[in-house]
Amino acid sequence: MRPITRRTFGKLAAAASVTAAAPIRLAKSAEGPIRIGFSIAQTGNIASGGKAGLAALELWRGDVNAAGGLVGRQVEFVVYDDQSQASNVPGIYAKLMDIDKVDLLLLPYGTNLTAVVMPMVVQRNRFVIGQFEIGQNDKFGFDKFFEVAPWGPKPGANWCRGYFDLAKRQGYKTLVVVNSDAEFSANAASAGAKIAEEYGMKVLSVQHYPPNTVDFSGILRTVNAAAPDYVFVASYPAESAALIRGISEIGIADSVQMFGGAMVGVQYAQQLASLGSALNGVTNYDTYVAAPTMNFPGVGEFLERYQKGAERDKVDALGHFLPPFFYAGGQLIAAAVKAAGTVDEDKMAKWLHANATDTIVGPIKFGPDGNWVESRIIWDQYRDVADNNLDQFRKPGKQVILQPEALQTWKLAAPYSKARN
Amino acid sequence: MTLNLALNAIISGLLLAGVYAIASLGLTITFGLLQIPNVAHPTFIVLGAYCAQLLNSFGLDPIIAGLLFTPLFYLGGVLLYQIYFQTFERRGCSDTLQSFTFFFGVALVLQVSLILVAGVDLTSVNAPYIGKSLRIGPATMPYRLVIPFVIGMTVGLGMWLMLMRTRAGLALRAVAHDANALRICGLSPTRAKANGFGLAMATASLAGAALIVVSPVDPFSGTQYIGRTFAIVVLAGMGSVPGTLVAALAIGVVESLVITFVGATWAPGVAFAALLGTLAIRPSGLFGIAR
Repeated sequence: MRPITRRTFGKLAAAASVTAAAPIRLAKSAEGPIRIGFSIAQTGNIASGGKAGLAALELWRGDVNAAGGLVGRQVEFVVYDDQSQASNVPGIYAKLMDIDKVDLLLLPYGTNLTAVVMPMVVQRNRFVIGQFEIGQNDKFGFDKFFEVAPWGPKPGANWCRGYFDLAKRQGYKTLVVVNSDAEFSANAASAGAKIAEEYGMKVLSVQHYPPNTVDFSGILRTVNAAAPDYVFVASYPAESAALIRGISEIGIADSVQMFGGAMVGVQYAQQLASLGSALNGVTNYDTYVAAPTMNFPGVGEFLERYQKGAERDKVDALGHFLPPFFYAGGQLIAAAVKAAGTVDEDKMAKWLHANATDTIVGPIKFGPDGNWVESRIIWDQYRDVADNNLDQFRKPGKQVILQPEALQTWKLAAPYSKARN
Repeated sequence: MTLNLALNAIISGLLLAGVYAIASLGLTITFGLLQIPNVAHPTFIVLGAYCAQLLNSFGLDPIIAGLLFTPLFYLGGVLLYQIYFQTFERRGCSDTLQSFTFFFGVALVLQVSLILVAGVDLTSVNAPYIGKSLRIGPATMPYRLVIPFVIGMTVGLGMWLMLMRTRAGLALRAVAHDANALRICGLSPTRAKANGFGLAMATASLAGAALIVVSPVDPFSGTQYIGRTFAIVVLAGMGSVPGTLVAALAIGVVESLVITFVGATWAPGVAFAALLGTLAIRPSGLFGIAR
């Protein structure tokens, strides 16, 4: 046998080192980006919220990737337009899980669309971030579900409790409930009526209407005839605008001290600008307003960046209502992945349940049901709003926070008929 | 109190009927008279709304803006008809599923174009009369409903007079009955139909202006009106302009009374139940085919 020369030994050693290192290098490049899959409404009747949320998520993705990604991996979205149609959602999520094989999932925007996919994600035991659904985990109790919206515990029954807490503080006794016949608004109305009864208040009547109703004069006359202390409304954007215009046209009974509640749409820039002074006196839910008690670290800078791109992306010009929370959803994922050191859904879920996460909407701590341990839905009243002026909402003063008391900046102006003027 | 509610419910219903009427008049021509399944008509109404909003953003009243756009819409309608004629009618394929799908395609392309240009947010207009009402005794009439009502009735009356008293209108009614007879008389059926389609599109411009005065719109608003507008055209009797006005008034009042006294949830169902009931008794609709 020929002896092995030093040169041969050196070559063999080099070859062995390369071979030993190769599997590790191959494994790293085979991992690829972290793929986050979801559907979101980019067309259809809730597209204004969906597109604004997507713009915020893209900002987060850009920030994360610019900082080197998560656990060394860039973040990629696999996103589909569900067209605001619940019927499209199951097929999309089946594709995301079985064909696209994404690493993580975000739920669709909104209650109506999340309702149809929750059973699937629970069955498949997938980590999910809820995006402004309400109460869809109440019946499942799924431990890998985390909701970005600040509804608080058991939101199906409690998210609108703050409005009724405010009414109770004021000593109001009677109300009328007005709601659209759609999942979110019907659930809100039902929950609201139960809370009112729990507080010993009398629901004088409940007025339902089909979605996209444009003329509310009949309903408003019925409300006025009932002469309640306050009115709780659960409506969608076009209906909210029609209701508020209807009040300007028909008038409202002097008995009504407080009007509003769960009106979706009045938080959006377009409606703030176009309804203008017609909004004065309305008391409604919100998630973020320009107020001294809501200056969380990072939120100002985020809104500045979002608003710069809003016109180009044709999304909500202010971005107060949804975008900060969609961005926070990304921050939750980032925090969980970094803490777990991996995209392991079990580890991520355990960490999020055990720890609070600092986000641009403040610290978020989750309860066992995947909702915030404490509700941070704010109930604000519009004051001295001028017509056709969006800039007024970038500064404090036009949306005063009445509830929760910890964030309160002013007191309720009542009755509503006076507060309108 | 009940009388007061009933009076205001009837008045609200009549006013709302103006919106339904102006939205349906164009379909009365295209679908009722010309037998063209123009399911894109509600989307053209939404386009009209956006056009009105565009000029309103420069300070022009939305109704006047809608009026200014009518010649453009007319020309667009004539052009669209020519495409439809060359593609389907000339080849004898006008009664096929493909011709129906053509207009669905037009609606979809138009909707997506609106999304790309204007975005998906609701858009609305400003006018000094929006948010104000006209009060006469116990009756309260919001101006944002009064004005579309006046437009709807005026356009309806104008269209009826055109169909009854002008050569173009007579040609349009004639082509609906017998295109060959019209040809023998030395008139062009294609030109008559193109004119009719153009007029229908012109009403879409005004209907869009009326619609955006009533309520904010987004690119998807057209889908809310497809069912109602086709139901009104069928209830009216295919091609009957007076029938369209009466059907719109009937549906508007029935809906409003049901909203006030029974519950708003029932309103669309009752309106369509009225349609089915009428068709069961009188299949040709309230006024039959216009002669």
